[in-house]
Amino acid sequence: MIDPSLFQLVCFYAFAAVTVVAALSVITLRNSVHAVLALVLTFFSTACIWMLAEAEFLAIALIVVYVGAVMVLFLFVVMMLDIDQEKIREGFVKFLPVGLIVAVVMLVEMLGLIGVRMMHTQTMGENPATAAGMSNTQWLGMALYTQYLLPFEIAALILTVGVIAAVALTLRHRAGTRKQHPSEQVAVKATDRVRIIKMAAERPADSQPAPAQESKP
Amino acid sequence: MDQLIHQLLLPLLYTLCVVLPLVIGVAMYVWWERKVIGWMHVRMGPNQVGPAGLLQAFADVVKLLLKEVILPTNANKVLYYLAPLIALVPALAAWAVIPFSDKVALSNANAGLLYLLAMTSLGVYGIILAGWSSNSRYALLGAMRSAAQVISYELAMGLCLVCVLVLAGSLNLTDIVNAQAGHKGIFDWFMWPLLPVFVIYFISGVAETNRAPFDVAEGESEIVAGFHVEYSGSAFALFFLAEYANMILVSFLAAILFCGGWLSPIPDAVPVLGHTSILWLFAKVFVFATLFLWFRATFPRYRYDQIMRLGWKVLIPIAIVWVLVAGCMKYYGLVHIGTGG
Repeated sequence: MIDPSLFQLVCFYAFAAVTVVAALSVITLRNSVHAVLALVLTFFSTACIWMLAEAEFLAIALIVVYVGAVMVLFLFVVMMLDIDQEKIREGFVKFLPVGLIVAVVMLVEMLGLIGVRMMHTQTMGENPATAAGMSNTQWLGMALYTQYLLPFEIAALILTVGVIAAVALTLRHRAGTRKQHPSEQVAVKATDRVRIIKMAAERPADSQPAPAQESKP
Repeated sequence: MDQLIHQLLLPLLYTLCVVLPLVIGVAMYVWWERKVIGWMHVRMGPNQVGPAGLLQAFADVVKLLLKEVILPTNANKVLYYLAPLIALVPALAAWAVIPFSDKVALSNANAGLLYLLAMTSLGVYGIILAGWSSNSRYALLGAMRSAAQVISYELAMGLCLVCVLVLAGSLNLTDIVNAQAGHKGIFDWFMWPLLPVFVIYFISGVAETNRAPFDVAEGESEIVAGFHVEYSGSAFALFFLAEYANMILVSFLAAILFCGGWLSPIPDAVPVLGHTSILWLFAKVFVFATLFLWFRATFPRYRYDQIMRLGWKVLIPIAIVWVLVAGCMKYYGLVHIGTGG
């Protein structure tokens, strides 16, 4: 009754339309929190499009990494900012020519890329995952960890260096901050804190100092 | 017409078959929570509405639904009403890939574990948006705390899932359960080779759902009720439903990933008791769900910096090391991987 390929096409156009509208609203919405949420929607509908293209691993990774972690931190920061809308708009006219030039250059580059791609007579091969009879995720794992192991490991190393550099750049030891040392807290003994002295309950009679003499009038 | 029923109505019906029992399960779970905590406090718990207070949860639901939803002054109206829905939808959507038995699952997806990771990471949006859109300091503080906490513990949880999938060699949840099958019953489960990771998973699960002792997002003695302080009536009920649905989900996952799902703990040579059954799954889930309540009644709340320290400096390093250990166990064939059936 419902033609599967037609349904897929309809779904593609629906997701694509949502992606474009959401991406446009990222740069047009006045409220920055709303803009971040529009970006989340853009990622989400892009993931849906990738899912249609049977790239399930990439689609879910996009949601886990970008929607689930990166955008949460982004939202977190944007929520904390006290943005003055008027001040941001002040430089709009001044920066407009620069922005337009960048936009035109990007457009030309993209059109060129599409043109080159169109001129290629060679069509894309069969989906290698289906050809190997594996799921997309499994095939991707196999390819990454066998055929492309070295580039993959190098990429991982570069990312690790990036993480360490980011931490080293932002880590500052401010003077006057107090820190807890849980290992010391755990290792502490009662004798470090309290000293218990044995002593008699009463003092011997002779060592008792004489009561102070009251001066009599 | 027949095809229409097959393509649209049947999946809808199956979905209802999961969601309705889940919602009723949440109501029963709330009753059980109040009973268990009552017993631990040496008091009765709810005992007035219905037999043994069983209908108390339903009475509370009716009360919540009849209340007015109040919009705070200067709140962001759209996001304020959207936030409870954003919290609830991933909590329900995650159930799509949960298998209940060898053949029973809404969707036997190959990337089931990845999908679960994606869905559980979306739930935090509801909390953050609720906190921000309420235009209240307490709510914003709760949202901030929750965002940092959920992201930190998601890493530890993800690493635990990596250990499981290394051993099972599959992202499909049914395959993961079947990989734990064998002749030794309970000793074939992944909880033994992955014991530290199993503990870390459950701790992260408690932290992910913002339950005591990690309930700083609510912290009723510090920030009143955190992110949902301004919510009332049915909007609050949705947050409540999402939280408890997530708790049951974490219990299901602990049972499926580490404790053999519907497999019997008794060796399969034993008649009747050694058979696989959905009842075993429910029994395991019940134990884990009760653990959540036990924690709440037992532990005092962690301080915020202690939560961060536990997550980043204790749980994540152990989980990373155990990924390597799991890889070695798999490589040298130290763990028996069943094939199910």
